[in-house]
Amino acid sequence: MNQVRYSRSIDWVTLLIYLTMVGVGLLNVYAASYSADVPFERVFSADWSGLMAFNWFKQLVWIGVSVLLIMVLLVIDHKAYDTFAYVLYGGMIVLLLVTLVIARPIAGSRSWLELGPMRLQPAEFAKFTTALAASRFMAGINLRQQAFKQQLVLAGITLLPPLLIIASNETGQALVFGAFLLAYFREGMSPLILLVLAAAGLVLILSLLVPKLWLVGAFTVILALVLVLNPRVLRHHLPLAAGVYAVVLGMVFGVDFFYNNVLQPHQQKRIEVLLNPSADPLGVGWNVTQSKIAIGSGGLAGKGFLEGTQTRFDFVPEQSTDFIFCTVGEEWGWLGTMTVIGLFMALIFRVIFVAERQKSVFGRTYGYCVASIIFFHFCVNIGMTIGLAPVVGIPLPFFSYGGSSLWSFTILLFILLAIDAYRKQDLVR
Amino acid sequence: MQYLEGRKFVVLGIFLAVAVVFAVRLFHIQVLDGSYKLAADRNTLQRIVQMPYRGVIYDRNGKILVQNTPVYDLMVVPREVKKLDTARFCQLLQMPVQELRDGLRAAKIYSRVKASPLVQNLSTPELAAIQDNLIDFPGFSVKPRMARSYLTQNMAHALGYVGPVSPTMLEKPKYAKYVPGDFLGISGIESYYEKELMGRRGVQYRMVNVRGIEKGAFRDGEFDTLSVAGQDLHLSIDPELQKYGEYLMQGKKGSVVAIDPKTGEILAFVSAPSFDPAMLTGKGSGNRYMELLRDTARPLFDRPLAAAYSPGSVFKLVNEAIALQEHVVTPYTGFPCNWKLVRCTHRHEYPANLTIATKNSCNPYFYQVMFATVRQGRSPSKYEDVALGLADWRKHVTSFGLAQHLEVDLPGERMGLIPSPAFYDKRYGHHRWTYKTIYSLSIGQGEIQVTPLQMANLMCIFANRGYYYAPHFVRSIGNRGPLSRYRQRHYTSVDSSHFNAIVPGMVAVVDGRGGTGEHASLLDVGISVAGKTGTVQNYHGIDHATFGGFAPANDPKIAISVFIENAGFGGSSAAPLAGLMMEKYLRGKVAPWRHRWEEWLPGSADRFVSKRNRR
Repeated sequence: MNQVRYSRSIDWVTLLIYLTMVGVGLLNVYAASYSADVPFERVFSADWSGLMAFNWFKQLVWIGVSVLLIMVLLVIDHKAYDTFAYVLYGGMIVLLLVTLVIARPIAGSRSWLELGPMRLQPAEFAKFTTALAASRFMAGINLRQQAFKQQLVLAGITLLPPLLIIASNETGQALVFGAFLLAYFREGMSPLILLVLAAAGLVLILSLLVPKLWLVGAFTVILALVLVLNPRVLRHHLPLAAGVYAVVLGMVFGVDFFYNNVLQPHQQKRIEVLLNPSADPLGVGWNVTQSKIAIGSGGLAGKGFLEGTQTRFDFVPEQSTDFIFCTVGEEWGWLGTMTVIGLFMALIFRVIFVAERQKSVFGRTYGYCVASIIFFHFCVNIGMTIGLAPVVGIPLPFFSYGGSSLWSFTILLFILLAIDAYRKQDLVR
Repeated sequence: MQYLEGRKFVVLGIFLAVAVVFAVRLFHIQVLDGSYKLAADRNTLQRIVQMPYRGVIYDRNGKILVQNTPVYDLMVVPREVKKLDTARFCQLLQMPVQELRDGLRAAKIYSRVKASPLVQNLSTPELAAIQDNLIDFPGFSVKPRMARSYLTQNMAHALGYVGPVSPTMLEKPKYAKYVPGDFLGISGIESYYEKELMGRRGVQYRMVNVRGIEKGAFRDGEFDTLSVAGQDLHLSIDPELQKYGEYLMQGKKGSVVAIDPKTGEILAFVSAPSFDPAMLTGKGSGNRYMELLRDTARPLFDRPLAAAYSPGSVFKLVNEAIALQEHVVTPYTGFPCNWKLVRCTHRHEYPANLTIATKNSCNPYFYQVMFATVRQGRSPSKYEDVALGLADWRKHVTSFGLAQHLEVDLPGERMGLIPSPAFYDKRYGHHRWTYKTIYSLSIGQGEIQVTPLQMANLMCIFANRGYYYAPHFVRSIGNRGPLSRYRQRHYTSVDSSHFNAIVPGMVAVVDGRGGTGEHASLLDVGISVAGKTGTVQNYHGIDHATFGGFAPANDPKIAISVFIENAGFGGSSAAPLAGLMMEKYLRGKVAPWRHRWEEWLPGSADRFVSKRNRR
């Protein structure tokens, strides 16, 4: 019964969505780097290096490499991912450290490794290694019942790579690791953590938007109401209530300190632009303003393939990488953006479905990590192009131009599919 | 574990919530909010206005009078000016440093990033002198433009000039299509026919990238329009006659207007003193304009249109025509030249009929003619009677195109004045004036005012025996002919038979023995001239000399009015000048024995005034 073929056991739905996304992505990378001055016909007369001058051709090559990667990933024994999870993680940490030491700064960030003509961003690959290690650790514990010490180890595993990444000045890629919380939540992490984080985020945003005195007044009124309406709190939990109140006030006043002293000037500006996009439309607000104009001018059905004026005339910066969604929005309109959002939702929902059918905690946790990481990118990338999130330089999975990003997401996704494919084999065996 | 499995829905819920937020937000900015579309167009679309070629102006013979030549404006973009070597720049352009500083400041106030003109109207040789050096001065560039150039030194008043649109004009809705730096007709025909001459501007939409580099036409030029050249104007002006008229009027103030009575086409339009139309175009035109403006002889004043004089004795003809129409006199009515009511100009034979009275310009005769018109006994009260009579009289007079705009195709036309009963009521009080108060009107003096153009038109009416075409300069716009209103005959309220009764008197004035206008006679070359002299008393000094007439008397081809300010008796200067003009037009040359007139007439008005009359 060893004859069960991969073609039966691999999750065809995910593969199909993946291929669609990569194909649509390639189309948009072509549009984003299209120039009317360079006719398509020139492709036929170009030699290899000439071809490699086209972004879309490079992306095509990266896709080809991805297909090879997929084959390799599916051939490898699924137990290897479990077994070598820590080894891969350790290797990754070393690679990040090495990068930190030897990398030349590119655009202010020391996160790129140069291997001959190639440039790799190890941070991209930290995602799946960390996901593997965290899943492996999760399989050995019961998050709800385990001692505080185990939980600290898990937190350590999760936080070490992002700290190294922050050290290399690539904050955006570090934030992604916050997505792991969703996976841990599924495995039993207290919802209180999510709630507290959400509340803290709310307080932070409010502190930036609303005058301090109002906030202090509002929180004082809330505290008073809680104490009056619920005398039990007054009697038994007064220290806790007072503590929360103090922390909240501390945050309100700490925000200024954090904003002015901790954040770097370019990060301050990104937050400023998010809060008030029209403050400086030609300066810091340029990216967001032009990106919104590009997407907004697409209308219902878009301007048509290769007809986007914002895209073609270089008004949107980084349009084939981080701002690829602008090209979609401008040339394909609301129908196009809905299609992309639909594809992401389909993929993420499918990944959750696949994760839930895993018998092992390892497989399931890993599946949730995959969904959460992709979701985080989707959320922040699209959010920033339409002015709902600060400009954080992270790519849109499977769409953005770039080898590192495409490969890391391919590996991330197909390790899950490999584990999933063997799940059936296990059963058969 | 059952409990934890439920958490799946929480996670999926978070995913879905974000997707819904994105969908709604995207629907808002992409479908509902149209402002992003406009913003995208503003980003990429560049509007390039193509100025049309201004229409060319031709004379009566189809020769070009006004055409377009390329000139160059030196433009400056203040932001791009770097380390300007002021001394060298000023030396190169031969401009004072202060002028450069003022110009740069004005440009900066207009815009730091847009180009504004620093020096305008550089000619091609002037450009050649500076062009090679311009590369050393970043921020300066040269913009070619079409400017007017003139192939004639005459008719400055009729042609008008073209100048930059002024800020005050731009505030008016009429000039909504213009932007600062545009040129338009400021006066004369250039202004009156601005719409036709200007043509239609072309607009091209180009797409530019983020660096402002052109990336081709917008939607393959779907919205582009080509500029349409302005229409050419064909004037009725006879350039030879015009030149001759300006020559004869040298040194004097006044005007000569000659019209073809059969069409209303203006053949000559002289306003003296005149100037070269080229003075108001090209570099330094501003200074030259100020010079003309300050001249006490007022060369910029368009006398044929805007100077209003009393018509003097010429107006007696109108009074006679009205009296005949009212049947209060006949051509054979005689009135004594009795000097009691009004003095006559000179002693002459008994005015036994209209012709004799006209020939001698007998003041008492025409006093009585107008008395008969206005005092017909419409009312027993002499006050009431004269008021009613004057009202009727005025109705007739205005049908001669007086006290109204003739609607010539030139801006700035004055109406003149024909007093009404209300006018005198206001001045003297109701029933406080009689014929004795207003009798000056009978000899064309007093409150009455006509323009030289109206006077010439009056001569057209007598030439045509009772009708006129509104005088005009442009006989054809492109090849469409004149404006339609110039094809319309205007009849007076006087029958043409009465004009036939008057014309012999006008002929007698010029051709009769001892006529006041005998110096205008062309009988020696076989042309019979009809006319009437006038000597206009005025408050400004010596009388103005006038003459109105037409020739040939039986088949008139030219009607003319001449006003020479402060030149005394109309017969001694205005009449011979009119005679020369008519001969020049009808024969193309002047008989040799009149060359002494040609030599004598140009010059100061003083020489026509006898020492006795100089005050």
